[in-house]
Amino acid sequence: MIAAAALFLIALACTGTASAAEIPLAERKSDYEFMGRETRTMQDDDTANPATLWVLDGETLWQRKDGSAGKSCADCHGDARTSMKGVAARYPAFDAARGRPVNLEERINICRAEKQQATPLPFESKELLALAAYVGRQSRGMPIEIAEDARIKPFLQAGRDLFTARQGQLNLSCAQCHDDNWGQKLAGAPIPQGHPTGYPLYRLEWQTLGSLQRRLRNCLFGIRAVSYPYGAPELVNLELYLMWRARRMPLETPAVRP
Amino acid sequence: MARALINAPAKAKRGDVIEIKTLISHVMETGFRPDNTGKPIPRDIITDFICKYNGEEIFRAELFPAIAANPFLTFFTVATESGTLNFEWTGDNGFSATESVNIAVE
Amino acid sequence: MNDDDRVVQRTRRRFLVETAALASAAGMGLALDAIPAPATPASMRAAIRKVVGEAPLNKGKIKIDVPALIENGNAVPLTVSCESPMTESDHVKAIHVFTEKNPQPNVIGVQLGPRAGRASVSTRIRLADTQKIIALAQMSDGSFWSDEVEVVVTLAACLEGT
Repeated sequence: MIAAAALFLIALACTGTASAAEIPLAERKSDYEFMGRETRTMQDDDTANPATLWVLDGETLWQRKDGSAGKSCADCHGDARTSMKGVAARYPAFDAARGRPVNLEERINICRAEKQQATPLPFESKELLALAAYVGRQSRGMPIEIAEDARIKPFLQAGRDLFTARQGQLNLSCAQCHDDNWGQKLAGAPIPQGHPTGYPLYRLEWQTLGSLQRRLRNCLFGIRAVSYPYGAPELVNLELYLMWRARRMPLETPAVRP
Repeated sequence: MARALINAPAKAKRGDVIEIKTLISHVMETGFRPDNTGKPIPRDIITDFICKYNGEEIFRAELFPAIAANPFLTFFTVATESGTLNFEWTGDNGFSATESVNIAVE
Repeated sequence: MNDDDRVVQRTRRRFLVETAALASAAGMGLALDAIPAPATPASMRAAIRKVVGEAPLNKGKIKIDVPALIENGNAVPLTVSCESPMTESDHVKAIHVFTEKNPQPNVIGVQLGPRAGRASVSTRIRLADTQKIIALAQMSDGSFWSDEVEVVVTLAACLEGT
């Protein structure tokens, strides 16, 4: 398993552009560790974590019959606590029919379209976030594990290229902050390593729950780079790379972040 | 999504001081944020919260726009007798939400 | 009083959001008149006077617990607690919290009594800028006690655009 990961890493390193070294696995820290004590308490206490409100909504939506097939998620998947255990920890995952990776929100919509004959839920809508939070919650504490198979390699590489490429008016790459300068301060706040271990999460800046793609769009805006629309393949590739970069770190969904 | 979450002990000993934690979903629009054209988005907040223990008011709060979205409020009360804790939130635009939990006091 | 000393103080947040907006899109002119002036220390004092009247504010008995360095001003955990036996004859009747530089000085007003058992309240508040927070306790004997803290509010490095 470790040998396979090492080969993967070497393969990526050889084909990637000249860029900073990745953070050694043992030195990786969750963004949780860069937060203050009070924000951490907000995440640790389910009754203080505002994201719990979405998880509860997701639990209700899971039971709700929808679409012309008149089925609920529960009708096929039963109790999410068992059937969804481990699922969020391995997304984005390769979708053979589409020939590309899809993230969890897309997977939910694929199920809705194909199995429930229901309309897809818009990205960043309350319902989609609630379902993603509910499904994600079932994997809390489990190690993130993106299946390393040959089919996702080109997408993983594309994600890594995006992460390491300089872009935008500030000509910055993600790697320059999050690989090279994590732990240092930017505008008074510590730079985290940027692992997406808790999505969807309650971001204090948003005052609501949001997806990883929303956060990535914030980052791109922050470095004054062109932001991709929700659902863009660039964002999915970046999600895939980031989750792979966070492999074996425990999932914290739904997290709280500043 | 007017969902409220209450964390209060289901059981307590008579005379114990118990902590009650409440969380409710609400945008708490301050009335000070400008929209894209510069006009302030109208205020929409929870203004009052009352907790009653077997019908008797034990805690009351007046909330202002400075309270963060999805208001989180914790307070204490003395467990006096078994019964019901009732929670009521009211606010702008006729907002009203209630929740209740039971408590067994021995 | 607010109209007389109406100084448009731009908070760091507004400045950064405005420059970001200008940098990324043409002509996103925010009408500055629509943004209200933040509370001044004078309006905060007036709000406190409304609660306290002419009674003196004693320092002590009440304590504000808030992070010294705030990661995001949108949701700041705040705990206010008072030493008090919380008996029928000696208890905290009310706790009030105020800020100096938010658009409005009042934050929360809480009614307590001997049934509370402990005079301690926690919530999450919004802080527009680095500023002072003042908490008051009104005791059953009519006396008022206060505490004040100065907090530093930082901004998220990557703010959201439109």
